[in-house]
Amino acid sequence: MPAVAETLDTVRAVTGSTYKWGFETDLEMDIAPKGLSEDTIRLISARKEEPEWLLAWRLKAFAAWKTMAEPHWAKATYPRIDYQDIHYYAAPKKGGGPKSLDEVDPELLRTYEKLGIPLREQALLAGVEPSPDDRLPMAVDAVFDSVSVATTFQETLAKQGVIFCPISEAVREHPDLVREYLGSVVPAGDNFYAALNSAVFTDGSFVYIPKGVKCPMELSTYFRINARNTGQFERTLVIAAEGASVSYLEGCTAPMRDENQLHAAVVELIALDDAKIKYSTVQNWYPGDANGKGGIYNFVTKRGACRGARSRISWTQVETGSAITWKYPSCILQGDGSVGEFYSVAVTNNCQQADTGTKMIHIGRNTNSTIIAKTISAGRSDSTYRGLVRMMPKAQNARNFTQCDSLLIGDQCGAHTVPYIESRNATAKIEHEATTSKIAEDQMFYCRSRGLSQEDAVGLIVNGFCKDVLKELPMEFAVEAQKLLAISLEGSVG
Amino acid sequence: MAATPLRTPARAPNAALAAFLTRYDGLRERLPGPHEPRDAAAEVLREMGWPTPKEEPWHYTNLRPVEAQVFHEAVAETGDGTRLIAHLPAVAGPRLIFVDGRFRGDLSALPPDVTTSTFAEGGASSGFDLLARPKRDRLVALNTMLAEDGAIIDVAEGIDGGFLLLGQLTSGQHRRVASHPRHRLRLRRGASLVLLEVSAGEGEYLHNPVIEIDLAEGAHLTHVRLQQESAEAFHLSTVYVDTAARATYDSFSLSLGAQLGRSEIHARLGGAQAAVHLNAAQIMGGTQLSDFTTVITHDAPNCASRQTVKSVLIGRARAVFQGRIEVARVAQKTDGYQMNQALLLSPDAEINSKPELEIYADDVKCSHGATVGALDPEQLFYLRSRGIAAAEARMILVRAFLTDAFEAVTHEGVRAVLEHAVETWWNTTGRAAEALAS
Repeated sequence: MPAVAETLDTVRAVTGSTYKWGFETDLEMDIAPKGLSEDTIRLISARKEEPEWLLAWRLKAFAAWKTMAEPHWAKATYPRIDYQDIHYYAAPKKGGGPKSLDEVDPELLRTYEKLGIPLREQALLAGVEPSPDDRLPMAVDAVFDSVSVATTFQETLAKQGVIFCPISEAVREHPDLVREYLGSVVPAGDNFYAALNSAVFTDGSFVYIPKGVKCPMELSTYFRINARNTGQFERTLVIAAEGASVSYLEGCTAPMRDENQLHAAVVELIALDDAKIKYSTVQNWYPGDANGKGGIYNFVTKRGACRGARSRISWTQVETGSAITWKYPSCILQGDGSVGEFYSVAVTNNCQQADTGTKMIHIGRNTNSTIIAKTISAGRSDSTYRGLVRMMPKAQNARNFTQCDSLLIGDQCGAHTVPYIESRNATAKIEHEATTSKIAEDQMFYCRSRGLSQEDAVGLIVNGFCKDVLKELPMEFAVEAQKLLAISLEGSVG
Repeated sequence: MAATPLRTPARAPNAALAAFLTRYDGLRERLPGPHEPRDAAAEVLREMGWPTPKEEPWHYTNLRPVEAQVFHEAVAETGDGTRLIAHLPAVAGPRLIFVDGRFRGDLSALPPDVTTSTFAEGGASSGFDLLARPKRDRLVALNTMLAEDGAIIDVAEGIDGGFLLLGQLTSGQHRRVASHPRHRLRLRRGASLVLLEVSAGEGEYLHNPVIEIDLAEGAHLTHVRLQQESAEAFHLSTVYVDTAARATYDSFSLSLGAQLGRSEIHARLGGAQAAVHLNAAQIMGGTQLSDFTTVITHDAPNCASRQTVKSVLIGRARAVFQGRIEVARVAQKTDGYQMNQALLLSPDAEINSKPELEIYADDVKCSHGATVGALDPEQLFYLRSRGIAAAEARMILVRAFLTDAFEAVTHEGVRAVLEHAVETWWNTTGRAAEALAS
């Protein structure tokens, strides 16, 4: 069991403060004054040299946002957020976007090296030879506070017609594509946080896979919140044209801080006929300290539209970070025979609160969805699975299978399951199962009697509990996810 | 600039509630018992109105069809009682009969081993809202404000109270009436009772009963509820149950009637090794809406709760099931199980289901399952290939589907009543809808 051994090594390696990504990078920053108004939005739009239509779109979203109430139906409590006390734009200073990696602030590159993304190495390897350890190369878009700082492998990808760039660049270079698809899955006024994001989003990744192309490498975005008192509002748009396929990874970290920081991203996926999109997230924003001080508020809207027949969208997420998670990656299964999948592991420890799940909206015939959600609560944390499966009247022979399992570690935490099941089609079939339990004493006894320590035994059992989800992750991420699980649960037993 | 709350779209004024509040002002001095709880309930309704789908517990059930109506106070002692009695199932034994929410001694037969009295005569003055939460449950506030009468049932320590029928009949034939009966049931230590509660009536009316049930240590109540209201009726009932150690609340609710019905049960396991079974079947056709909403609260260790809820829907009927199991920190070793299954027999039927687990104790075993689907074509084919007519084959499969829910009812006489009710439903509503569907 090498993965488990590795997990345990990591646990041993990390002592005291367990959040190893909690460093802060000292960079010269270009920061907008605090507060949100039409002027802030005009400033962001101007900085990004955006066309008029996008500014108008932002302002419309802002007008909608002002009429909306902050949602409080999630099972999470937190002090009132002052939306005027946030910087809505923060970018590393260096005049203009970097033309190549050589122009990127070396301090920034070091940050990413600390994060474990060797951008520079990968850029050097691009077009030369595949990586020596025989792993597939991976293209990375790194987003630092409000702006995308580096995107690798762009040239290699361009040869296949794949567009992978910061969304601000896509607005300039591919305005027709952006205009056609932006907000087509998550409309500007969809919900409070999506409206806020639409008004103030600063950057994010844009992916377009042309007809029939299988993206030659994994695409990845690394998000990093660095500056103090900033919110991060990135926007990701992934389009897979007819018969195209892509696997996309997303990772996130932030420095340790006493105050809470807001992260309100929007991700839109569009799959046309026979297209496949696999979207994996390892979310490791700073969760706050053991007493719940600080941490990221992760209020994210992710939605995929299976527009085309036989298209497929698969969400896989490992959620270990954030003080509060509010996130429901969803699939709108419009095309006949389309498939939606949601695989999730959510771990909460200390004072974390996670309210996460998915929505599967079956519109087309013969649509199929699978939901596997594993929730682990420890410490004084609260974790909620909240999901919706809806069969619309035309969803003939649609199928859904849902399994939600919760594991409680300690008697001060909570685990909750709130599924909504709605069917308006008699031929549709829905199955839902949920269980809640603790680590069984006989499981522990078995492991302990074979010489495993208490903590090792828990690590082993937790990894087993999450196996169904972890196996859906690309290999590199699966290893990282296993490490994160162990670290997140550290100190919760014994 | 803080975000201003989104304005709710204008909703037509709630004529029903306005009329009820006016009625209360007129009736206040004549209603039995203390004023304070009623005034407080009226205040809650004045301030908050009654529930709308914007509120999570009412997400799937909109009371709008009720709101547009004005319900009148039932005229005392109409001659309808004797005719309405025919709506009760043919089952022998003691019975307490209420017509339009008022006790009818002439139609009742008092049980030999159980102490009974009424809410109007003394029951109200011993206080109400022992378990009810009118501040939270606003239809209960409506009941608290206007309750006139109800059954007060008390089974003494160690006594087996046997069988008792509680009949609630409402007559909306002449004018649209509303009744708000308030029942209270107490089983002392080690006592037991089998209670069959039937709601039925004629014409258009609102039936809004509240039942508070207090089970002492080791008590055992079998509570079978048959909702057979008229096709135009509104049925909105709330049951509160509190169980002490080793007590068992074993309930089964069968809903067949009403154009809009909601049956809400709040059961609390307050003592160790208590057990609660909240089983139900909802069988609906036409444009009926039936909502079964339950909250089971595990507040003590080593308790068990079991729940099997089945819905059979035909025509354009809609069913709602919302079942929450809450497990408090103290409730270690909880064993909770919930199964919810729906059978959609026509293309326009709709089911909305929300089984919820809210768990704060770690040493628990809680699970729920839900399935939604149509009859299995292979099973139908099997029966057809053996020469069974289509409608008959479907009925056989529907009956089989309902079996494990009905099996929970162990009292044979009572189970026969339920089976007969389903059979009757199938032969009238069900077959007609089948014929339309095929």
